[in-house]
Amino acid sequence: MKRYSAFAIAREALRNHTGWTRAWRAADPKRSYDVIIVGAGGHGLATAYYLGKNFGITNVAVLEKGWLGGGNTGRNTTIIRSNYLQDPSAAIYEKSRALYETLSQDLNYNLMFSPRGVIMLAQTQHEVRGYQRTAHANALQGVTTEFISPAKVKELVPIINLSGPRYPVLGGLWQERGGTARHDAVAWGYARACSDMGMDIIQKCEVTAIRREGGKVVGVDTSKGPIDCRKLGIVVAGHSGVLADMAGFRLPIESVALQALVSEPIKPCMDVVVMANTVHGYMSQSDKGEMVIGGGADGYNNYTQRGSFHHIEETVRALIETFPMVSRLKMLRQWGGIVDMTGDRSPILSKTPVEGIFINCGWGTGGFKAIPGSGWGMAELMAKGHSPLTDAFSLDRFRQGRFIDESVAAGVAH
Amino acid sequence: MLILTCPYCGVRADETELSPGGEAHLTRHGPGSSDDDFHGYLFTRENPRGVHFERWRHAYGCGKWFHAARDTMTLEVFGTYPAQTTEPPRDICDAITARHPGWNWRDFS
Repeated sequence: MKRYSAFAIAREALRNHTGWTRAWRAADPKRSYDVIIVGAGGHGLATAYYLGKNFGITNVAVLEKGWLGGGNTGRNTTIIRSNYLQDPSAAIYEKSRALYETLSQDLNYNLMFSPRGVIMLAQTQHEVRGYQRTAHANALQGVTTEFISPAKVKELVPIINLSGPRYPVLGGLWQERGGTARHDAVAWGYARACSDMGMDIIQKCEVTAIRREGGKVVGVDTSKGPIDCRKLGIVVAGHSGVLADMAGFRLPIESVALQALVSEPIKPCMDVVVMANTVHGYMSQSDKGEMVIGGGADGYNNYTQRGSFHHIEETVRALIETFPMVSRLKMLRQWGGIVDMTGDRSPILSKTPVEGIFINCGWGTGGFKAIPGSGWGMAELMAKGHSPLTDAFSLDRFRQGRFIDESVAAGVAH
Repeated sequence: MLILTCPYCGVRADETELSPGGEAHLTRHGPGSSDDDFHGYLFTRENPRGVHFERWRHAYGCGKWFHAARDTMTLEVFGTYPAQTTEPPRDICDAITARHPGWNWRDFS
């Protein structure tokens, strides 16, 4: 792999950019691998990367039905934060946020990580109490957050309208080290690093069956033929239930569509991320100048990667009150992604009833922020059988009543 | 926009008039059931990529709960029917089988 650097840009500028090579190899599947990861989104590629980097396991294939990073990795609103309530969540999301800080250097790939700060607006008395509680919990967990006054919110976000009338701003939970990153680059950067370690990333390769012998996984059948493996990681977000069905078990997951939209590009007007959970809307400004707006999730099961118009309407209606200046913006694009929701709104990183199969799913509406931490924990789980980051997120927590209730922190807005 | 016909009052209602209620035809395991059954009832769902039976409430209409059969891939609606039943009626099963040859009730995926 050629390293990217200022020097490389200068060198290529002098020779008409003829020296750039592909960021990752297009590979055909081998007969067998030590580990197969299904799903070449952020979480799948991060899992493969840390398997190689932390545990020296590089005989790995990452299989992708569509194209690399074409699912929820390319459909989210790129927000990174770790201001969750429960200890296991704080641990994995804070690990993730901390990894993001140096990930561009680690991968030698510019992820455009921008720790611009995230505010979660408190717009009801209930939310004020909830976020004060979260701020205290975060202080105990070593996550730096602060409950700030409306005046401070106004100072950080001059375009905001504090006075309502329907949704007055009563304060906010402020995480200064939260922010955004370029979502595609996260997948591309991990893919490049994985390919460099000798792993095969195989696109347009759909898994059609999972082969088992004596309760143990032995391989998968794919649209590019059968491939053997000793361990299998299922990291496919919204389609987790479909893969679990192939492996003969079921998940406490329902898949719904979550929508987002972007406006036409405008001059810089807001340099933090603002989330308003009461009204199911959140907004940040991309480097191109577009206002990136996240909306609500549909209430019914859906695999169509598009959502209901009335959710967009609700989101935009509320945002117009909080940010009056957006009322005259034209919206350019709207899209949906299929999110896998668990009952307690926390993910599942776990062994499964089938020996050798591991699953990483249930990130629901907020997986992007967790990509590095999730990959770190999942790799340790697959290599060693357990990981301090993932143990609390096991599949059997539902049976045992050990819920990690993040419905407030994760209800919709991410 | 998803449009379902309420089997009670006959109104063709769009989704803003309805509240979704999750998977239909769950067996309610309660006290005295095995851990497996209770866990399954509370948490495990079919979540199919295809035909899905689900509960809806005509929340801003007659207020009654009913069931719908819908395809989660295409959003095609195969029909709605009253909730006082433990399995979908014959005509709805036939409509689904016509669209998905070989499909059988409780033979998911």
